[in-house]
Amino acid sequence: MTTNVDALPQAAEAKAPNSWTIALFNLRLWLKSSTPYLNLLGLAGFVLLWYLLTEYFKVPYFEKLPGPVASFREWVSEDPAYGISLYTPDYYQHIGTSVMRVLKAFVLATLLGVPLGLFMGWKKIFRDYTFPLLETLRPIPMLAWVPLSILMWPGREASIVFLTFLGSFFATVLNTLLGVESIDEVYFRAAHSLGAKPRHVFFKIILPGSLPFVFTGLQISMGFAWFSLVAGEMLAGEYGLGYLIWNSFILVQYPVIIIAMVTLGVIGWLSSALIRLVGDRLMQWKVREACR
Amino acid sequence: MSQVKIAAGMGAGEMVVSKVRKGFGVGPLRKEVLCDCSFTLERGRLTVLVGPSGCGKTTLVNALAGYETPDQGTVTIDGKPVHGPGPDRLVVFQETALFPWMTTFENVSYGPRVQRATSDDEISRQTMKLLEVVGLEDFKDKYPAQLSGGMQRRAELVRAMINQPKVMFMDEPFRGLDAMTRSLMQEYYVRLFEEHRGTNLFVTSELEEAIFLADRLVLLTNRPARVKRIIEVCLERPRQFHMLTSRAYLDCKREALELLHEEAMKSFAAGAVNAADFLEACSKMGQDQAQPRTTSCGQDR
Repeated sequence: MTTNVDALPQAAEAKAPNSWTIALFNLRLWLKSSTPYLNLLGLAGFVLLWYLLTEYFKVPYFEKLPGPVASFREWVSEDPAYGISLYTPDYYQHIGTSVMRVLKAFVLATLLGVPLGLFMGWKKIFRDYTFPLLETLRPIPMLAWVPLSILMWPGREASIVFLTFLGSFFATVLNTLLGVESIDEVYFRAAHSLGAKPRHVFFKIILPGSLPFVFTGLQISMGFAWFSLVAGEMLAGEYGLGYLIWNSFILVQYPVIIIAMVTLGVIGWLSSALIRLVGDRLMQWKVREACR
Repeated sequence: MSQVKIAAGMGAGEMVVSKVRKGFGVGPLRKEVLCDCSFTLERGRLTVLVGPSGCGKTTLVNALAGYETPDQGTVTIDGKPVHGPGPDRLVVFQETALFPWMTTFENVSYGPRVQRATSDDEISRQTMKLLEVVGLEDFKDKYPAQLSGGMQRRAELVRAMINQPKVMFMDEPFRGLDAMTRSLMQEYYVRLFEEHRGTNLFVTSELEEAIFLADRLVLLTNRPARVKRIIEVCLERPRQFHMLTSRAYLDCKREALELLHEEAMKSFAAGAVNAADFLEACSKMGQDQAQPRTTSCGQDR
């Protein structure tokens, strides 16, 4: 290997562009394509439609809704009429509370769900025991768990995290299980032939082979986590974006609802993007497959 | 530090297959796939298993490799019965079985690493040596999806060879490659074999490929597969492509085609439903060859 590199210095240079150069190149390529502009146009179109419906034409049924201009003004105001804007610490406290809850629930769901799913896929007997249970519990809507979780846990904090956890957990387990099942039999055969012991099969075949599904599952489970969180916060929260939305509704502070909703949307999108980023990092083989 | 040095390559074990019978399904759904299959994989020789597609060749390989247990009969390697898969009998599969999440280097060194046969340094030295043999040293950090079809097959070949298996099974390994790559790979493989002289079993449904590679041909019948005839191929080694036009090659091919034709006729006489399929498969194997019946005139067999 080293002799080759010495012999062909220009090949070695061409072979090792650093990752920043590649990222910058990809960014430029992306900016040259129509994608980012169409993305922006789509978003702008929606906001415009919303503006026209609510604030400009004041169409019936829509006129009661807070418009984008009013919401945006409130959001950037240093002295907001309803107490929530970029400049108020309350806003960040709501965000922080929600993010912390989702993070706790999501981490717990991943730490428990991924190994459980892997194990179910690996050992048939374990799967036979647990699969019907999983499939019965999974379709129960999160809201149905509210009474039990309030009964079960001492404070509201624990019950909200528990609800969020449940939403996230089942999606993670199921997708991990599907991930293991998606691995072609031929890889197990090859591994056995080559003398792999069960632990090698688990760590070198089952774990990496199911990762693509696991990460798809984590993205879905993150979505479920936010969904369940808001439901929980609306019912029992003291802080948090879900609570903020419900409370603003009761107190007739409509623009705040929009602020909280958009904030939820953006944070949800960021959290999915973060999972994708980690996934791509861990699955170089998949990434390079795609852009070969 | 005492190191067990693995001389990478092919080992020469002897496998005896005797009266192997295998079927799938139970009751009215049962289908016999193999029926009284007996033959020997001789030490250091390349045996080619040839038969029409779908006749049970892969099932036979699975039984030899230990993935499946025969219903009756025995499979032994160097006198010991085969129980389950193991690194002394390695299969290069029809479809590529390189682990997509490992680089070429990790794939090839996988066997020795999980067997802990020797030190890590020795393993990587051996791996690099073998990668150089097949010209993949510059691709050691690439993932399988980044390799071409031919490269994947070569990587798979050395992934098996590094374990120095007593017997290597090649289950239609060049299927799905384009004609050019395919003939290159045949030549490549036959060179590797001629250098190492390990015990090899090569499975194919193409007669031309079979004769070009083989020391012995094991001809299978249609399902349920029996051994129809074992033909010694008397072409000298090293094999060259011009031998494909030699007298000995053509004789061999004629004999094989005659037998296959006879088999097809038998299926017709018995009114077998899949006789038509079988004829079609046979005609594919014959390809450029004239009708076996017309060429059989004047043959001593």
